[in-house]
Amino acid sequence: MLRHLISAADLTRDDAVLILDTAEEMARVADRPIKKLPTLRGRTVVNLFFEDSTRTRISFEAAEKRLSADVINFTAKGSSVSKGESLKDTAQTLEAMGVDAVVIRHGASGAPYRLANSGWIDAAVINAGDGTHQHPTQALLDAFTMRRRLVGRDTGLGQDLDGRRITIVGDILHSRVARSNVDLLHTLGAEVTLVAPPTLVPVGVGNWPCEVSYDLDAVLPKSDAVMMLRVQRERMNAAFFPTEREYSRRYGLDGDRMARMPEHAVVMHPGPMVRGMEITAEVADSERCTVVEQVANGVSIRMAVLYLLLGGNEPAVTHTRTEEKSER
Amino acid sequence: MDTQHTQNPQDKQKPQESQDIPETGDSRASDARPVLEAPDIARVLTRIAHEIVERAKGAEDVVLLGIPTRGVFLGRRLAEKLAEITGRTVPVGSLDITMYRDDLRMHPPRALARTEIPGDGIDGRLVVLVDDVLFSGRTIRAALDALNDIGRPRAVQLAVLVDRGHRELPIRADYVGKNLPTSLRETVKVLLAEEDGRDTVLLGVKQNP
Repeated sequence: MLRHLISAADLTRDDAVLILDTAEEMARVADRPIKKLPTLRGRTVVNLFFEDSTRTRISFEAAEKRLSADVINFTAKGSSVSKGESLKDTAQTLEAMGVDAVVIRHGASGAPYRLANSGWIDAAVINAGDGTHQHPTQALLDAFTMRRRLVGRDTGLGQDLDGRRITIVGDILHSRVARSNVDLLHTLGAEVTLVAPPTLVPVGVGNWPCEVSYDLDAVLPKSDAVMMLRVQRERMNAAFFPTEREYSRRYGLDGDRMARMPEHAVVMHPGPMVRGMEITAEVADSERCTVVEQVANGVSIRMAVLYLLLGGNEPAVTHTRTEEKSER
Repeated sequence: MDTQHTQNPQDKQKPQESQDIPETGDSRASDARPVLEAPDIARVLTRIAHEIVERAKGAEDVVLLGIPTRGVFLGRRLAEKLAEITGRTVPVGSLDITMYRDDLRMHPPRALARTEIPGDGIDGRLVVLVDDVLFSGRTIRAALDALNDIGRPRAVQLAVLVDRGHRELPIRADYVGKNLPTSLRETVKVLLAEEDGRDTVLLGVKQNP
């Protein structure tokens, strides 16, 4: 049973499709004049951010507030954590406050897992990115965006991404987005190809349910979606490639390369984009680029996850979901 | 009245139906007795449509909103009948109330159904909510809350196929297909062709859990 959302790999196909379908209904709320539902009234959600991430935090915060939850934002900077408080002590403080869910972003891979399985806290734990490990809601919002673009907004309900070919390009080594996406897209039936310089491909990638290529141009014509990852300049001190210009020439997406993609194919990016490096402005601003949609979809996906984990007396996302329907 | 319905069903109205009644959570095939058949359902919907036209003086600003699942089909059927009577198309949509329920914390969250508000919205219109069974009234309370977040109708009315009583809130229907006095030990199940392959309303006895 899933009480927490720690890894995209924990989701079954049915769970993932349920989340995507629920998000589709949540997206309709965003189109209304009053973007608010009473569903999580009286529940308290803490956004526990040990690592800076404005984008993810405000996305979760918007989702929590639209569902009427009480939101507490906790950033490590300026908190007791910077004075040396441990994760355990922080967790126990939150438990004492009667928190119902913790959305955690942490620089250390595995911190959310530890929080969920240590017995320190009773709340549901949602991983908002841990180290180079996982970022499951990002993978879900990417899958949601792909399903909307490739299968259709209404026709996509109940559908997975069976047979779609997805290419993920860039710094696979440091990318929790890539890991989460490979897990989830595989569960949803898509064929994933990773494209990166050999130095940025992790050891053990052979065990992942995906293909690996070093040649972007060969992969582009048979891709339904191309996901560009940010080149993390802060992690480039170890000289993973000779120069930015060379990276850009071999693995950057520009107008010429985009023209080699099939007509229907979309370009995705988890943001923030480094224009001119992994993606040119021409591509970033084109119709086929879904960056802005991904941000909007992120709120819908996070609403869906929060609703399914917290909306009832037990989570709906389980491996033994019962289709019990009580009389209205 | 109640005792009449708690008694075991008489067999005269059960040709071979007991086999093809779908197993559902709250009514067992063996004990379910049809109280409305397809022609009855068609008839009461026609009557409700006429009542709506009469009370709304032509149904010009009427918007029908069905409550999923079966209320939506009933809403669409009513819209067709209204169109026949008035010669105008009547906007019809659906209103999912799941996220407004007051018993959310008593069950695992259920999958959401579709909310579809007709293009012109509901502001200033006469909204007729359509549901299959009116029971405790809590669904309708939730629907009124949901409407509140979507717009401000001129008035809200309620049409139900079956009113089985046992209200827990001060809510009543404006248009009732059939008043069906029941005991709490009984179950009322509406089957509609769109979802269940046939039209019927079944009265059954709750099995011990």
